[in-house]
Amino acid sequence: MVVILSFMVVLAGFAGWWLLRQGIASKPWLEVGIPADAGWTAPLPRPTARLGLAAFLVVAGSLFALLVSAYVMRMGMTDWRPLPMPVVLWFSTGLLALSSVALHTTVIAARRGELDGIRSGLLAAGVSALAFLAGQLLAWRELAEAGYFAASNPAGAFFGLVTAIHGLHMLGGLVALWRITARACAIPMGSAPQAVGALRLGVELCATYWHFLLLVWLVLFSLLMRWADELIEICRGLVT
Amino acid sequence: MADVTHGVAGPVPMPDHDDVELYHPKSWITRYVFSQDAKVIAIQYSMTALAIGLVALVLSWLMRMQLAFPGFLTFIDANFYYQLITMHGMIMVIYLLTALFLGGFGNYLIPLMLGARDMVFPYVNMLSFWIYFLAVLVLVGGFFVAGGPTGAGWTLYPPQAILANTPGQQSGIIIMLVSLMLFIIGFTMGGLNYVVTVLQGRCKGMTLMRMPLTIWGIFTATVMALLAFPALFVGAVMMLLDRLIGTSFFMPSIVAMGERLAYKGGSPILFQHLFWFFGHPEVYIVALPAFGIVSDLISTHARKNIFGYRMMVWALVGIGALSFVVWAHHMYVSGMHPAFGFFFATTTLIIAIPTAIKVYNWVLTLWRGDIHLTLPMLFALAFIVTFVNGGLTGLFLGNVVVDVPLSDTMFVVAHFHMVMGVAPILVIFGAIYHWYPKITGRMLDDTLGKLHFWITFLGAYAIFFPMHYIGLMGVPRRYHEMGEMAFVPPSTVDLNIFITVVALIVGAAQLVFLFNLIWSLRRGRPAGGNPWRATTLEWQTPQTPPAHGNWGKELPVVYRWAYDYSVPGAAQDFLPQNQPPDPRLA
Repeated sequence: MVVILSFMVVLAGFAGWWLLRQGIASKPWLEVGIPADAGWTAPLPRPTARLGLAAFLVVAGSLFALLVSAYVMRMGMTDWRPLPMPVVLWFSTGLLALSSVALHTTVIAARRGELDGIRSGLLAAGVSALAFLAGQLLAWRELAEAGYFAASNPAGAFFGLVTAIHGLHMLGGLVALWRITARACAIPMGSAPQAVGALRLGVELCATYWHFLLLVWLVLFSLLMRWADELIEICRGLVT
Repeated sequence: MADVTHGVAGPVPMPDHDDVELYHPKSWITRYVFSQDAKVIAIQYSMTALAIGLVALVLSWLMRMQLAFPGFLTFIDANFYYQLITMHGMIMVIYLLTALFLGGFGNYLIPLMLGARDMVFPYVNMLSFWIYFLAVLVLVGGFFVAGGPTGAGWTLYPPQAILANTPGQQSGIIIMLVSLMLFIIGFTMGGLNYVVTVLQGRCKGMTLMRMPLTIWGIFTATVMALLAFPALFVGAVMMLLDRLIGTSFFMPSIVAMGERLAYKGGSPILFQHLFWFFGHPEVYIVALPAFGIVSDLISTHARKNIFGYRMMVWALVGIGALSFVVWAHHMYVSGMHPAFGFFFATTTLIIAIPTAIKVYNWVLTLWRGDIHLTLPMLFALAFIVTFVNGGLTGLFLGNVVVDVPLSDTMFVVAHFHMVMGVAPILVIFGAIYHWYPKITGRMLDDTLGKLHFWITFLGAYAIFFPMHYIGLMGVPRRYHEMGEMAFVPPSTVDLNIFITVVALIVGAAQLVFLFNLIWSLRRGRPAGGNPWRATTLEWQTPQTPPAHGNWGKELPVVYRWAYDYSVPGAAQDFLPQNQPPDPRLA
């Protein structure tokens, strides 16, 4: 459970810093009126949807941190036999990174108001994300054919679980991506900048979500590839 | 009051953020059924939670009948008894308390107390309720499937939860896990709404440190729930996979009924960690909103500002944070390393410090207050003593050496019922008596309310005090029938009968409450806009009950904290949060 506790400590640190900035040490019983400077900051000036996504990512982060915790705890038992990782995972990792980069370029295009760039960026991100999911399915099939998904193989079960939950998050993201793409395609070429600008928030939210999924996948990938074994051993030694 | 600083006293500037675009219902269905109005959703949540809570109450009656008069109700066998335990616990903790505090009070009070028109994501809010409703339907469906609901205990410990011969192994356990997953998805939708509304939806002048403690409690509990429920979700998914496709996340090699099962290498302890990583914060997910509400009830009905507001906020946040590092005190008997036992006992005892601060502050708020023994105040006082009682036995059980012999006895049952059953329920009743006039525009009947209060309060003590004694005598929990036990004195049998009789009476007294709720809806005394002369914003709405959009044309502006009661020199004994400062006091 060290992983989830570390996640919580980071969150607690951030929450503490934020609360201090919000005047948690102020004395409200002595302050009447509308504090113009100190103490009163208007509710965050950024879009509500962005804050909503940030809060969701924290929840999803907690979910993945718990999965990693469970994985690490199970790895520590004597009968753990690691899986040989299919090569296709390297390709799918590359595709996910590509998808993330494509969305980043889409954000840049949206900031410049370039409808062409937005459409091509969204399309590239969507296709590479779908290809990533196909790559994950291929990895599943390879492991299943080799018999690693047998009931008695906990490593196989964990591999299936973490990749499936990550993939489901990706599918959810694809629904949002599909909606923003449909909106982008519905705007006629040569429309006013305001019409293109309306896409910007949606594109930025998608990009944030994709970067988060890439980050989570890189953590999961390093865990599955056993690159983090030594780090885990050091942490386990510290705790026990 | 010499230190009071005054800010803007002239014309009020426009709010710093845009007023939200409200969704306006166009039909009866979208107004009252698939409503996006947080107030309607709050009532939907509350009614569903109370309805399923009544089911759980009846289940507890059946359990008590079996314990006092074994064999009297012939349809209760060992299997059915375990199903009763499981469903009673799960419903009360999750589908009643969590849903009512966060979905019910959260939805009603957050927008109103913060001066917002609605939640920031009303559509998602509506989905949240309907997914919760679906979760409840699925849960109830467990009673009607072959084999009945699961009887694995509310903790659903593997391997027994999914082994043959555990009641409900066939489909009950699947239904329970699916229902829990639905609940968590629904709650996450609602929880994101509550958090973002608190962060983003506050009206002008409503700083975090001017928020009523009710909102602080609900906000902190929601953040905790958003972080803790994923642990239950992960555990539920893994157990569902173990049950359905034969993975071995939690299932070790095992021989059942003389036959070796296909499971191999799973870890039941892993489930316990995941479950209690959710399960212990869950105690505070229920307690923190109760702490917040009770602070507001005491301050309003004692006509006195809350003592140590800042410390109360810090204590809420501190308890929330600490509650994530105490989970393994539920696992002392799982064979953990003694060093871990020491660590978790220490963190458990440390959490008593911020909790004690809250209790002292409540008592000091009452000290020399103008105490009105209204129904909300009676319930708030009852909560304080009950919570102290339950909390003290928690200190017993937090110590490894005391916990080990008591862990499997009725002492634990008595402890957690006092601290997270009776105590929060008392706050729920107090809160309903307090806010019912705002929700309906009418007062609840006082005589019926007092009858309800005294039977419930005294009855709860008559039930759970003797239960501590029974536990200390060594009577085990989870046994459907005691039989002949040499170490259990005959007095415990009589006490069991006494407890059951009282439990039946206390349960029946809740019908008085229900009758009052319905009767007062039409016949109650008209309440007016602010019958308790309270300061917080929900009592300052232009209409009672608040209309769609809450505030008419203009959002309120907040000039002061939520506890300006009995301010020297003021014309009346309360100053609403939206009352501009008096230039004469500058």
